[in-house]
Amino acid sequence: MKYFDVVIIGGGPAGMAAAIGAREQGASVAILERDVRLGGILNQCIHNGFGLHYFGEELTGPEYAERFRQKVLADSGIDVYLEAMVLSLTENKIVTAVSPADGLIEISAGSVVLAMGCRERSAGAIGLIGTRPAGIYTAGMAQRLSNVDGYLVGKEVVILGSGDIGLIMARRMTSEGAKVKLVMEIMPFSSGLKRNIVQCLQDYDIPLRYSTTVTRVTGKERLTGVYIAPVDEKRNPILEQEEYIPCDTLLLSVGLIPENDLIAGSAIEMSPVTSGAVVDEYRQTSVPGIFSAGNVLHVHDLVDNVSEEAYVAGRAAAKYAAGAIEDAPIVAVRAGAGVRYALPQRIHRGEGTVRLYFRVDKVYRGMTVTARSEGVLLKKKKTMVLAPGEMQYIEIDKSLVTGDISVALEE
Amino acid sequence: MNGYDVIVIGGGVVGTAVLRSLSAYRAKVLLLEKSSDVACGSSRANSGIVHAGYDAETGTKKAYFNVKGAAMYRALTEELDVPYKKVGSLVAARKDGLPALQALCDRGIANGVDVRIIGREEILALEPNIADDIEYALYAPEAGIVSPYQLTIAQADHAVVNGAEVRLEEKVIAIDREQDGFVVRTQKGEYHTRYVVNAAGAGGAEVNALVGEEAYTETHAAGDYFILDRKESGVVRTVVFPLPDERGKGILVAPTADGNVILGPTSRKVPHEEAEENAVTAAGLQYVREGVARLMKNVNVRSAIRVYAGTRTAIGSDFIIEESKKVAGFYMLLGICSPGLTSAPAIGEYVAEEIAGKLSLEKKYAIRPLPASFRFREATPQEIALKAQEDPAFGRIVCRCEKVTEGEIVRAVHSPVPARTVDAVKRRVRAGMGRCQGGFCQPRVMEILSRELGIPMTSVRKGDAGSEIAPYEVKDGYEIL
Repeated sequence: MKYFDVVIIGGGPAGMAAAIGAREQGASVAILERDVRLGGILNQCIHNGFGLHYFGEELTGPEYAERFRQKVLADSGIDVYLEAMVLSLTENKIVTAVSPADGLIEISAGSVVLAMGCRERSAGAIGLIGTRPAGIYTAGMAQRLSNVDGYLVGKEVVILGSGDIGLIMARRMTSEGAKVKLVMEIMPFSSGLKRNIVQCLQDYDIPLRYSTTVTRVTGKERLTGVYIAPVDEKRNPILEQEEYIPCDTLLLSVGLIPENDLIAGSAIEMSPVTSGAVVDEYRQTSVPGIFSAGNVLHVHDLVDNVSEEAYVAGRAAAKYAAGAIEDAPIVAVRAGAGVRYALPQRIHRGEGTVRLYFRVDKVYRGMTVTARSEGVLLKKKKTMVLAPGEMQYIEIDKSLVTGDISVALEE
Repeated sequence: MNGYDVIVIGGGVVGTAVLRSLSAYRAKVLLLEKSSDVACGSSRANSGIVHAGYDAETGTKKAYFNVKGAAMYRALTEELDVPYKKVGSLVAARKDGLPALQALCDRGIANGVDVRIIGREEILALEPNIADDIEYALYAPEAGIVSPYQLTIAQADHAVVNGAEVRLEEKVIAIDREQDGFVVRTQKGEYHTRYVVNAAGAGGAEVNALVGEEAYTETHAAGDYFILDRKESGVVRTVVFPLPDERGKGILVAPTADGNVILGPTSRKVPHEEAEENAVTAAGLQYVREGVARLMKNVNVRSAIRVYAGTRTAIGSDFIIEESKKVAGFYMLLGICSPGLTSAPAIGEYVAEEIAGKLSLEKKYAIRPLPASFRFREATPQEIALKAQEDPAFGRIVCRCEKVTEGEIVRAVHSPVPARTVDAVKRRVRAGMGRCQGGFCQPRVMEILSRELGIPMTSVRKGDAGSEIAPYEVKDGYEIL
């Protein structure tokens, strides 16, 4: 059985950054990627807006991926397995995978980085009412068909959900000559980035209706239209105000779910809020030597943050494999008032700074974000607007930490 | 002249059962199906239950074929390699439901079914998540679960392997009498035959009308279902029903033969023109949620990966299984609603014997088996290693949720009844039936269909004509790095 210090499951932005981080610590690295090329979903994100934070310039998805890919492929210390689907991961870090080139692959790992990304919520998961015709797609599937395969799914489009991929696809399909009639969001606020609402909808005069949902779809073979209605505070549709919009395409951008099927039922502690693992500041899970980073850990808005997070995880995974990860007392990080989750969920006491990432539970204006340890203020940050669609962080000094930490919004 | 001995109209579980049984005889048989695949009507969307046989009134065709069919399932599904499990069923009742349960038990015994009434303690041993106020249950250990569409497809495949023909996307538009039989016309051609079997399901009355037989009044009942994620599979072990009422067997909770959990169905009367629309309703789903909550605890409906509706067509209270008295040589299999799936193998055998007798058909000396299948998700690591070495396509996972390889999909496209659409692939190998519902694999499945069938991507369909998934090309092609 082959051995690598660090085995990385997934060769998207997280996996590639983790590999680079691990290599800088001198580890031997294997990346197991299920697609035919490295890059993950970035390969179908042909729009720009990537890399502003990480590279200080604006790149397309494939360009952003290519920078990492070149680095990974140039490094003889990284073995890349393509079309390799991981079937199992044991607690003592035996990874079993299968690929057409190598058949059944068994690898022993010093440490493992989970970097499998996320998947889109489907029509079935949201219980879409009505018939089951062609013409209903997750936004990402339509994106792959147009940007990788070169095919357009339809001409008259309605989009449910204001997730970023949906917003990007509104613009993309418009540029292909399709008519995007409406984007609707069941919540009273968007789950996407403000800049995408401006650049993908407002610039193209595509209407966005909040607190609105699809109540029924029609059409036997191909979608012929959707009924929509506003929703009340409990998100129940107000059917008296139902209206019909003829269309041949419904795109769903109704949420992303970390794809943790591989570790379902394992000893790794999971967060019910993020649907990812519970981790420390090195992104180490509750099972020593198994790390998690990127969208498989929690869904990010910006790939730049994914790269940064995975780089940290890759470095730490290499240190773990070398037996060099330091042990220190651990404190918990909790989500306080107005905060949906904070991550990492625990940190070690010691020296240096650490960023606590968090999302708020609704739109807030003029609030102060605080991080307190046993009630004592570690850091505060005044904010103008906080929205659930935009991940935030507050950076704290670890040496000030005396006990459990709470991240909260205060007036 | 293209002379057939028998033409079967309709590729549901009943039509394909008849076809398969007929293929054991020295006869020329043809099945005509209007959809792009077999198992596109009621056989696609039903509860997938092999009923023990206590429901149907004693002495009816329903009771007879149910009990006979159920007994055939173990051997049949083994022969055809179709997922089936004998899990047993419970009809759960509250304290005041005991008399009704007793009546059901008595009927079961009269029908020759192994049934008994059990108390709460025994129920809990079988179903730890049963609702708190359930005191009694009718336990039928012989009840089972099966994949209804896989059974239908396997029956058709097996018939084709044994010389039968299946023609898809051929809707019968006329049937004319001629000397010694009929000429059956579709939009694509005409076929001469000595015998016609009407197994057209929801379209059965229309086919009857083509020969001047009685256009029976059909009632169509649509039922809404939830399918839950595999991770919920531990919540239920047997098929759990409430006490039946005048509308049917009620909302059940059951494992599926493929390892998910099924909840449903409702029973909503729909007009004939909506019988094949299979639209899910919000009220229907709510009714299912409430029905489930009355029956079981800890059923996490929020983990649904799919909601859908299916329609069952009934004529009166019993099956119609008989040769027309008006039109000799025209055999009617109509109103095969529940327990139609359970009964189908027995109906197939019975009808084939009847027709073989009339036409003096002889049995073949030997029946060819279906070629052995390979299911990656059921294979051992050693089997996977061997198979992937033999053909790398069996090492290439396309559907990550259900672990389906390219090799399996290619095989489905070239199977005896070929899969020509994304849905047809899905029903054969489960690509796209997992928790992401094809979010990742559908474009890959489309590429494989396009390549294997030699058709452009823009022509790849979800199901029947008009369901192209990506009908247009983008203006500016983008070359990926």
